[in-house]
Amino acid sequence: MAELRPDNPYAPERFPNPNKWVEFPSDAKQKFDWILTRYPTKEAALLPTLHLAQEVWGWISPETVQYVGSLLELSPATVFGVVSFYNMYNQKPVGKYHLQVCTNLSCMVNRAYDIHDHLCEKLGVKPGETTTDGKFTVTEVECLGSCGTAPVVQVNNDYHENMSVEKMEELLPTLK
Amino acid sequence: MEQIKVLLANVDKPNSTSIDVYLDGGGYEAARTALEMKPDEITQLVKDSELRGRGGAGFPTGGKWGFVPKNSPKPTYLLCNADESEPGTFKDRLLMEKDPHLLIEGMIISGYAIGSNPMSYIYIRGEFYYGATVLEKALAEAREHGFLGKNILGSGFDFDITIARGAGAYICGEETGLIESIEGHRGQPRVKPPFPAVIGAFGGPTVVQNVETLTCVPLIVKNGAAWFKSFGSPKNTGPKLYCVSGTIKKPGVYEFPMGISLKELVEVHCGGVPDGRKVKAVIPGGASAPMLTASEIDIPLNFDALMKAGSMLGSAGIIVLDDSVCIVDAVWRLAKFFAHESCGQCTPCREGCNWMESILDRIERGEGRPGDPDLLLDMSDNIGGKSLCALGDAAIGPVISSIKKFRSEYDHHIANKSCLPETVRYRRLEAPVAVH
Repeated sequence: MAELRPDNPYAPERFPNPNKWVEFPSDAKQKFDWILTRYPTKEAALLPTLHLAQEVWGWISPETVQYVGSLLELSPATVFGVVSFYNMYNQKPVGKYHLQVCTNLSCMVNRAYDIHDHLCEKLGVKPGETTTDGKFTVTEVECLGSCGTAPVVQVNNDYHENMSVEKMEELLPTLK
Repeated sequence: MEQIKVLLANVDKPNSTSIDVYLDGGGYEAARTALEMKPDEITQLVKDSELRGRGGAGFPTGGKWGFVPKNSPKPTYLLCNADESEPGTFKDRLLMEKDPHLLIEGMIISGYAIGSNPMSYIYIRGEFYYGATVLEKALAEAREHGFLGKNILGSGFDFDITIARGAGAYICGEETGLIESIEGHRGQPRVKPPFPAVIGAFGGPTVVQNVETLTCVPLIVKNGAAWFKSFGSPKNTGPKLYCVSGTIKKPGVYEFPMGISLKELVEVHCGGVPDGRKVKAVIPGGASAPMLTASEIDIPLNFDALMKAGSMLGSAGIIVLDDSVCIVDAVWRLAKFFAHESCGQCTPCREGCNWMESILDRIERGEGRPGDPDLLLDMSDNIGGKSLCALGDAAIGPVISSIKKFRSEYDHHIANKSCLPETVRYRRLEAPVAVH
């Protein structure tokens, strides 16, 4: 009965089976400590911490949700609520190259759907799926804020602008 | 009208993101001047310039700053809205990636004017990874030179900026959605009142300003309110960045004094539509703005003229659609965007946007029913003004305006079960088939 109101209800020590526990490597831990200094509350550091976790592991797994919750004293449900709201947090593993094709209006009238459909057919995936060798994931995304150079494809963090099916064909072999 | 390079003065210089280039061009002089003025004087200066918000709502900036209570027990926050997710808009990206110091200087002056907390935030959309790295480097340079940190330039004002990256949500461009997102929550907008200027981020007064609005502030301090008012017309003042995209020969960001004619912009400066086609519709203010037909584009691009014509300047994301575009297809894509980006709090928006998207999809596939356009209008009536934030109102803009102005195209779809013959299939109606 000593711990009726523990300080951090989601701290790792309180979970009986920490077998599937994950932890930030030390360089990420340093970045996390810096992030905490920039916000007035721990909860406000949630979005940057999830970005950091995705940089480390590529996606937000249930174990990551629990770990991030424990770091910020938030329940896994709260953390998962935020993960599921935002588009960029991957809830499933993605391929080495995440090909995000903008198909919103300006890109659509500049033939973005041709690029998207061509990628799905050539790589043999349905929209949103990853190739079996784990190299490419093709998703359709909303406006990337680069309509002047439509159509635009975002590969991981980089924008590839003024794309076309031919330019995509030239780009793919360079993504090793 | 000639293009001007006021906001974009530094953008074409080599190494334009470097603080040395910025200082060479007279940078941070406005910050020096401002920090020697009183905060109320700066607010009055901005009020006199008649600067209006460039994020979409066009709310007078000086007025917004005037709402901030002076002696609030909780700290006041300045949040820069760099979430630029409105389809058709890409001006803030250019400003941030090519002239980050102009934004930083704007934030310093604005933060000082509203009595900001020592920490302020730039909420930049997550997809602008490169923009965030450019800004981080610029912030480091500004700190090194003493323009950010404690006791800036000996004024006693402490100010620093953190880049808060978003994670892919259009609704976080709405000011209360942005505040919720910065606080680490799902970005669901809040009921207004209370307005952010009274109770916003972390319980204190908050001023949320668009990137372009903040970049106007150093120029106003440097050159004066009368100079700013010399561009444009009364209550629609200042240099303005216009983004043109869609089916157009020369898309891009164009800077003009506010009020250039849309017809001149599209036909003269942007070269008109390609392939011998004709302009069919122009959306003047990003996806939320009601569309204008080709005969209505001889109109000044400012807040008041477009409002009177039943549309809006919004974020000045001009999308030109020529007659190769099926209007039902275009409106379907916008409805799909709004349905995807709806945060889900309010039933009219959440259910209505999704329902509108499926009706428009049905019409385009040739399964439209005779009462569909009237059903869409009825639904729009039930969504508009009946939800917590403006996303619902934005979603119905293209639907209502396209049905009003292109009713014959909808009727053709329903009667003939196909698109107009001169249109091009931009989207294949069957899902892509895996080849292997």
